[in-house]
Amino acid sequence: MSEIKKIATRDSYGRTLVELGKKYENLVVLDADLAAATKTCMFRDAFPDRHFNCGIAECNMIGIAAGLAATGKIPFVSSFAMFAAGRAFEQIRNSVGYPHLNVKIAASHAGISVGEDGATHQCNEDIALMRVIPGMVVINPADDIEAKAAVKAAIEYDGPVYLRLGRLAVPVINDRPDYHFEMGKGVVLKEGKDVTMIATGLTVAASLEAAQMLKQDGIDAKVINIHTIKPLDEELVIAAAKETGKVVTVEEHSVIGGLGSAVCECLSEKAPTPVKRIGIYDVYGESGPALELLHKYGLDGEGIYRQTKKFLEK
Amino acid sequence: MNKLELQKVANEIRKGIITGVYNAKAGHPGGSLSAADIFTYLYFEEMNIDPKDAKKPDRDRFVLSKGHTAPGLYSALAHRGFFPIEDLKTLRKVGSYLQGHPDMKMTPGVDMSSGSLGQGVSAAVGMALSAKISKESYRVYTLLGDGEIQEGQVWEAAMFAGANHLDNLIMIVDNNGLQIDGKVEDVCSPYPIDKKFEAFNFYTIQLEDGNDFDQIRAAFEEAKTVKGKPVVIIAKTVKGKGVSFMENEVSWHGKAPNGEEYEIAMADLEKAGAALCQK
Repeated sequence: MSEIKKIATRDSYGRTLVELGKKYENLVVLDADLAAATKTCMFRDAFPDRHFNCGIAECNMIGIAAGLAATGKIPFVSSFAMFAAGRAFEQIRNSVGYPHLNVKIAASHAGISVGEDGATHQCNEDIALMRVIPGMVVINPADDIEAKAAVKAAIEYDGPVYLRLGRLAVPVINDRPDYHFEMGKGVVLKEGKDVTMIATGLTVAASLEAAQMLKQDGIDAKVINIHTIKPLDEELVIAAAKETGKVVTVEEHSVIGGLGSAVCECLSEKAPTPVKRIGIYDVYGESGPALELLHKYGLDGEGIYRQTKKFLEK
Repeated sequence: MNKLELQKVANEIRKGIITGVYNAKAGHPGGSLSAADIFTYLYFEEMNIDPKDAKKPDRDRFVLSKGHTAPGLYSALAHRGFFPIEDLKTLRKVGSYLQGHPDMKMTPGVDMSSGSLGQGVSAAVGMALSAKISKESYRVYTLLGDGEIQEGQVWEAAMFAGANHLDNLIMIVDNNGLQIDGKVEDVCSPYPIDKKFEAFNFYTIQLEDGNDFDQIRAAFEEAKTVKGKPVVIIAKTVKGKGVSFMENEVSWHGKAPNGEEYEIAMADLEKAGAALCQK
């Protein structure tokens, strides 16, 4: 995979904000002393009058965003996923979600691929926290191309959006001329008949790798990229489940409350199907280089292959 | 409006508070009554608003950060003409647009949903920042409880407002001295309130009697002269003001009067109203 270009989705976010800043005069960006890490520093340098550093005070930052949105601005708010979705959960729920304000929460450093900072900064719970808020859109882009498209879709949509972004540079897998992003629509990346692998975020590329390994064992896996976890593309999920009879979900997030849960909620009610949820199994992360952690927690191609194989052998 | 006219309006607003809470059989009369004169001054004298055009873009904004005193805000909005006074009786009832805490999506004249303490003030700061960004001239007013300022988020908001010189922001602390569990200084003292805000780069105005319209007027007039700093008006008020048995009684923070108590409360207010008409 070394020849494949790798870009962190936080970089894609930073660059797209600058692009949108020219088009949208009411775009305002807030950060909480992490502009260099979340990449809103790019927007700050291009539009210093529309970038506000709130200091290390995420709860207030969300409230300020609510006030900006209530008076016609489109605020993009950034911090690490842990401190946006985690610390400021109730502010997002009550000041943004409840009045359905047009606030975009772009949270970087999601998942264990934060790496060396360790468990306190590795948020494996944000999808669950954001998904439970009525009216919240939750998007977890897989690569640079998708992240850019997601930021543009978010600004065009009138309402609260949670964008999950990563620190780690990840393979660009959507670099094709016909790429099209539609909020709430999953993307079939590979057809297959034996099992459906439904992945999100950086595990999409890893799931494609796993699918290649499964192929060598004679297993034909369908691979779906779910960038929008809420609203979930239920139609696609149900059709794929009926088609292949078995489903594996893959996410760099707790198996409780994230994509796996969303898929199970859908299928158990509408098309009962055996599902294996691959993700973080109700534990905290730890320090270490991101790639080593993804390997240890079974979220690289090999780990996903191994777990899928075991599930299918049952 | 002159002082007497404001006093008469405030008395009617107090009746609306009691009527709403009585009919709901729940709600927060104490802090609604303590702030009734401030609500009156804001909606009948101070703010640039239009009940016929509730969302006009250049209006002054108000955020009730102490959202549980929604009965006071609703009564002020109803008496100002945003919706029928009769509807105050639907407070907290299923299907009513008068929710237990303010809801900007449902109630005409409500600029921000609030009620989870400490959050409204941040939204107000955001609105003030928004006006600065787009060079608009409206002001933003927000009313906080003295118990509410125990919330850390209030000080995050204050730090940002001070650091960003938001002189179009006027915070009012309804310093009635009581919160659910007792006196604010006994529960977890927020005092000195003025020195805290000064340290956060606010211009501080002490309003010795926040139930007196001459003093309320003077405070807001002074607030509007301030340049380069946000303003906080720390208003000493009487919780339950205007209803004899509710005044300075912590038990009336969040409960409704029964039938007998309702009659006494309304009689108190009728008497006060009659006295004002004699002036």
